[in-house]
Amino acid sequence: MTDMTAPAAPAQKKHSSLLTLDERTKKRNAGERRFRMYGLAAVATGVIALILLLVSILSSGLPSFTQTFIKADIYLDPAALDPEGNRNPDDIRKVLTFSYQPLIQNSLSDLAAEMQAGPAPELTDSMLAGMVSEEATAQLRSFVINNPDEIGSTVEFEFLANARIDQYLKGKVTMASAELDSRVDPAQLRAADAMVESGRMEKRFNWDFITNPDASENRPEAAGLGVAIIGSAYMMLIVLCLALPIGVAASIYLEEFAKKNWLTDVIEVNISNLAAVPSIVFGILGLAIFINYMGLPNSAPIVGGLVLTLMTLPTIIISTRAALKSVPPSIRDAALGVGASKMQTVFHHVLPLAMPGILTGTIIGLAQALGETAPLLLIGMVAFVKEYPSAPPEGFFEPATGLPVQVYNFTQRADPAFVERASGAIIVLLIFLLAMNLIAVILRRRFERRW
Amino acid sequence: MSGVILFLILLALAAAGYVLGRRKAAALTAGDQRLMHSLISFHGWNVALATFLAGVVVLVIWSFLNSFLGFEGSSFITPVLAIGAAVVALFWSYSRIDKDFRARNSVEAMVKALLITASSIAILTTVGIVLSMLFETIRFFQQYSWTEFFFGANWAPNFRGNSDLGILPLLWGTLYISIIALAVAVPIGLFAAIYLSEYAGPKTRAVAKPMIEILAGIPTIVYGLFALITVGPLLRDYFAQPLGLGNSSASVMTAGLVMGIMLIPFVSSLSDDIINAVPQAMRDGSYGLGATQSETIRQVVVPAALPGIVGAILLAASRAIGETMIVVLGAGAAARLSLNPFEAMTTVTVKIVSQLTGDTDFASPETLVAFALGITLFVLTLGLNILALYIVRKYREQYE
Repeated sequence: MTDMTAPAAPAQKKHSSLLTLDERTKKRNAGERRFRMYGLAAVATGVIALILLLVSILSSGLPSFTQTFIKADIYLDPAALDPEGNRNPDDIRKVLTFSYQPLIQNSLSDLAAEMQAGPAPELTDSMLAGMVSEEATAQLRSFVINNPDEIGSTVEFEFLANARIDQYLKGKVTMASAELDSRVDPAQLRAADAMVESGRMEKRFNWDFITNPDASENRPEAAGLGVAIIGSAYMMLIVLCLALPIGVAASIYLEEFAKKNWLTDVIEVNISNLAAVPSIVFGILGLAIFINYMGLPNSAPIVGGLVLTLMTLPTIIISTRAALKSVPPSIRDAALGVGASKMQTVFHHVLPLAMPGILTGTIIGLAQALGETAPLLLIGMVAFVKEYPSAPPEGFFEPATGLPVQVYNFTQRADPAFVERASGAIIVLLIFLLAMNLIAVILRRRFERRW
Repeated sequence: MSGVILFLILLALAAAGYVLGRRKAAALTAGDQRLMHSLISFHGWNVALATFLAGVVVLVIWSFLNSFLGFEGSSFITPVLAIGAAVVALFWSYSRIDKDFRARNSVEAMVKALLITASSIAILTTVGIVLSMLFETIRFFQQYSWTEFFFGANWAPNFRGNSDLGILPLLWGTLYISIIALAVAVPIGLFAAIYLSEYAGPKTRAVAKPMIEILAGIPTIVYGLFALITVGPLLRDYFAQPLGLGNSSASVMTAGLVMGIMLIPFVSSLSDDIINAVPQAMRDGSYGLGATQSETIRQVVVPAALPGIVGAILLAASRAIGETMIVVLGAGAAARLSLNPFEAMTTVTVKIVSQLTGDTDFASPETLVAFALGITLFVLTLGLNILALYIVRKYREQYE
């Protein structure tokens, strides 16, 4: 007999079965479902944020690809435009845009009469002339310089309409806001409605947005991306020509030839640090060394290209090293076995096989460099550039701007029409990036070899 | 003589050297290459490379010395020196061509030197960054006391002099925006990574993963514009004004939210790699003991991946601190120390841009402060990166 007291009735062990779940299992299952929901919600949030971003940019920027024009017949008075009468382009060039203004006003005079008779009685002649953009005289002048034979005849010309009229047709300016706006009058808006109905004013696709140079603060209707696209193209060219050879050379050395000593470690640590340095620090470097110390011209594509090269170098080095590593050792051993030297092995056998990976990495690095803004701001590319830089190599040293910097410029201006231009510029930028990334993906799919 | 023409002359000399060297080598053993050590093309390349490199090296060294010592008539001496060195090298290497001359080794040694030069550009860049900022910062601290810079709570630059340049409001703005950004990015990124690697089927993964990667490829100016035209007014109209907390569309919340969205793919892809690296054996053991999938993740996988995840968070923080365009467009330029997230607050990076753009006298403290800000930023991000690397290395378990 033991001293044990009789045990109390054992606690009823609940038999848990798969068919009737007990409390704890239900809680655990609920927790499982909740956790899964969180994960799905997180993925959905990311995707929704992306869609929201794209929709917002597209809806704000797509209107910038259409522009309003006023059609009118203009008589190119030879007395005003070609006083010498000899159709000499140099003489015609001497006539300033100021002299073209009365011609435009005359051409709109019967249109003004038509408007005053019916839809907009309080519209004056100068109000009607004001609906045309200030840039129109310059456009007319370049037309006349390029076609001097048209002087003396009446041509039908499409005048760029004022920014406010353009925004009215795009729905951003209303009659109510026009009452308070000093730059547009409700009478002008009524006249615009009548002109649209009669076909005198139309909104059509605007190639000039992509080819025009930048325009001043008061003329958002004439602002274009031409200089920015060329500047970015020059910078990408410089980055390609500099970063690719240097990056590949550095990777080959680090991957194939470097001994495992402290110097190699230092180089590798440096490269991974440089990949994580904020881009604005590279801008400071460019300002201090390339502009102040070396005296390169401010705001030139060459400085931007050099700064972007330094930024892209770590990316190219990392992706090239991965590409070189992926070539199997059997290729190297076979080359060495037939008597090639190490250098010949690398340049004749390993490098060509790693080329697709290297090219993919380069294109991705270039795409990253295309979107960089902060370093370009610091080296002076914020300036307002109205002329196209000339062909390389002189063009590399002339002032230019880049696409992302142009977007920043547009956002800093007061006129609300520039918001649409900035979004339109971003759409162009995103199209370029999409094209580059697609090329990289296609290259990778077609040429990648699985060893 | 312009640099381009000099360069072209050196190239032409090198090309001539190649042709001459090749011809001499071919004439050596009547073209029977089996009797020579190196192929005749290597002899040609030897002469060409020696010529070109001699000219370039002399040019670089001379320009460097010139910038410090400033010799007279350097526009005449420089090309003469470079071309002279190239010609001397051409004759010397031409004379060495012989059937037993190890031309291949010589060429490969020169190519190796070129490769080493290319690799050292990385070090030179870092040295350049540090030196360029250091010198200007020293000049700045000669004009403005460093205690006031690092501990001053007022940022009010005045281009007529006597300005207050304290970094604390800027550091506070940077910190506040980064905290909000991380608060958005880390949960979403981490949970997205967990879902995509543990729960999602191949079809979901094939659609969702690229979309999140696209977020990573969008330039930051696009995010900045998004903050300016959409998020800012949205937050102001629906949150700040009704709650009476603020009136501006540029605020810490705007910039923080948008920066968080930008960081999601960063955190997500790094965490994804780390979670996938946890061996399946650990998960199987946990399932074998009866844990549900979420319990396994919470109690086995995430603790195993924790050093890597912490490293990813620190790298994301470093990215957030150094970000410029989103804060320039989304957070405004007012430097203040405030707790209200719906007020405009500025950061270190915005002030670097604003102090360096515009017409300013380059030697004034207002402009030089940008370099001091830059070096502070560089040290901060470098410190975070090194900390991230150290944590990952120290606490990473080596599984099998």
